[in-house]
Amino acid sequence: MQFPREEYFAPGHRGCAGCGAAIVARLVLKAAGKDTICTNATGCLEVMTTPYPETAWRVPWIHTAFENSAAVASGVESAIKALRRKRGKFNKKINVIAFGGDGGTADIGFQALSGAMERGHDIVYIMYDNEAYMNTGVQRSGSTPLMAATTTSPAGSKIRGEDRPKKDMPLIMAAHGIPYVATACISYPEDFMNKVKKACEIEGPAYIQVLQPCTTGWGYPAEKTIEIGRLAVETGIWPLYEIENGEFRLTYKPAKRKPIKEYIRMQKRYRHLTDEDIERLQKYIDERCRELGL
Amino acid sequence: MCKVKVITGTSAAAEAAKLADVDVIAAYPITPQTTCVEKLAEFVANGELDAEFIKVESEHSAMSACIGASATGARTFTATASQGLALMHEMLFIAAGMRLPIVMMNANRALSAPINIWNDQQDSISQRDTGWIQFYVEDNQETLDTILQAYRIGEHEDVLLPVMVNLDGFILTHTVEPVTIPSEENAKAFVGVYEPKHAYLDPDRPITQGCVGVPECYMETRYAVEKAMENAKKVIKEIHDEFAEKFKRSYGNGLIEEYNMENADTVIVAMGSVCGTIKEVIDRLKEKGKEVGLLRVRCYRPFPAEDIAKALKDAENIAVLDKNISLGINKGALYLDLASTVRDKKVVNYIVGLGGRDIRIEDIEKIISHVEVAKDGETAWIGLKE
Ligand SMILES: Cc1ncc(C[n+]2csc(CCOP(=O)(O)OP(=O)(O)O)c2C)c(N)n1
Ligand code: SF4
Repeated sequence: MQFPREEYFAPGHRGCAGCGAAIVARLVLKAAGKDTICTNATGCLEVMTTPYPETAWRVPWIHTAFENSAAVASGVESAIKALRRKRGKFNKKINVIAFGGDGGTADIGFQALSGAMERGHDIVYIMYDNEAYMNTGVQRSGSTPLMAATTTSPAGSKIRGEDRPKKDMPLIMAAHGIPYVATACISYPEDFMNKVKKACEIEGPAYIQVLQPCTTGWGYPAEKTIEIGRLAVETGIWPLYEIENGEFRLTYKPAKRKPIKEYIRMQKRYRHLTDEDIERLQKYIDERCRELGL
Repeated sequence: MCKVKVITGTSAAAEAAKLADVDVIAAYPITPQTTCVEKLAEFVANGELDAEFIKVESEHSAMSACIGASATGARTFTATASQGLALMHEMLFIAAGMRLPIVMMNANRALSAPINIWNDQQDSISQRDTGWIQFYVEDNQETLDTILQAYRIGEHEDVLLPVMVNLDGFILTHTVEPVTIPSEENAKAFVGVYEPKHAYLDPDRPITQGCVGVPECYMETRYAVEKAMENAKKVIKEIHDEFAEKFKRSYGNGLIEEYNMENADTVIVAMGSVCGTIKEVIDRLKEKGKEVGLLRVRCYRPFPAEDIAKALKDAENIAVLDKNISLGINKGALYLDLASTVRDKKVVNYIVGLGGRDIRIEDIEKIISHVEVAKDGETAWIGLKE
């Protein structure tokens, strides 16, 4: 695939060095192109890109609140339809893309997202998954993985970090019967951009959940963002797949899965784990990978 | 040609939204508002109204979708009541702060707990600081007329604020009255088409809306809304007068309505449908040679302080009726606003009609005789069981 040269996500935002969320936005806009309107939930991506009077967005963009990116996108999409029909405005295809963090998607924004998907709006929802509430200082979300330490799921002498497994949002979205669901990772930009392109082209709702390593919340050096994302995929912790009209398909299959230890040991959020803990986690991941045919 | 239909308040609201040719409706059912969105859904289903009807999953999303649609340049409408309005609370601030001229009908209903579907005005009064223009109408005709005016007011470039038109639950929402419905042609000529210039999402002219308001700019944005509220007072009067001229129906000066105020020492100040009952009492007393006045506050935000002070300059006993209560101070909101406007007069507060408690002719008579002997600043709960 030829990567478009155009940048609709401008440099100079306020994200941490090595922030994966910025890479998400950049790749999405490259794939979607100029004729795009974005909505954004409250969270890191919104805060770091729009401190007045600056903006990193070269496409029209709107933020209103934390839990309603999908509902705002429903309004945008409906307005485009009505104004096109009634007054000949928006006389070309326009992508409506809603961004939400894992908290703004899997937790507080879940209802608005479910409603928008069920109603069949022609929108693309991108959940940028950094596996915690980063903007408020690394608290757990429904998307925080088992045993990861956050400030509200700390590792102590009695509890070993997050005690619940990660909510399986892609499958929940697929259960809505929408035409396109996919997982992606910023370390596989071609795969990710292809999925965004496809999601934009397909009529009806699409949901893409993209793994986005976060230097601050996960605790690793800024230059390792891409490497960590790659390890998440190579270990099978973050499988890459798409579900198109109900058909499940892996879009990447590691030749040989790496042990998760390599991934775990690079991050402070897992530093409390003993070798036995990692062994238990490995079994859990092996089981999940078997189910997916990885 | 205009026609007269005998319809409920919610139908009058739906007719108005249709006449305004709204582009996007996003709404969620709640008693006693529901029949409004049902009617609109019917209009859209029949092709009588060309609009996108978003069947949202909550009021929070209804307001969020209206915000998205309005920010994309569409004319939007929603309707709610009580718990639904409370659920929208967060988004009401955002609609106003983003300067989006959304119009909403609210069917005034008490708030839980205990759950109560009947009328009082606590729901919308609790939203008074959100930056929405608020009207309280007296009857079904005024509901329709005010919604038509609301689009003009909200979309006026000196205002650019959302507008809430409040009508008393059941008392107006479910009571049929003859309502004159303007012809589509006349309504269209009055309301016009929404062509936003300030801010709308369009790939050919990318802008960022809803950015982070750092301390260096936040206060200015709040001040700008306050200025817009101030401007709205003039705009509301102008548009009201233009409407009156075209459609031959008027409501005081648009902000307040005075009834029998010329020779009255005792004046009742109130909002909404109860003003009909008060007018009836005033007429009866007049026959007996007693002059009592009514000052109806039609527009509650912006608060028409100057108009109110002027209207009350000769009053001696002022009775303020509140269908809401600010707990912990034992006063209603209208009283508090009025007392800070009219400082050198006797003002007495009456808490009335909470949760649908009937306000009868006798209650109004009791208030009139009470206020004449009461002390300044007193609060009395009318109809409260001992
Ligand atoms: C109703 C509401 N509750 C709480 C907050 C505070 N808040 C803002 S952003 C945020 C967390 C965002 O987390 P996530 O969606 O995962 O995005 P991230 O910051 O990680 O990018 C929270 C809790 C809010 N803005 N609104
Ligand atoms: S906390 Fe994480 S997601 Fe937020 S800006 Fe920093 S690196 Fe990006």
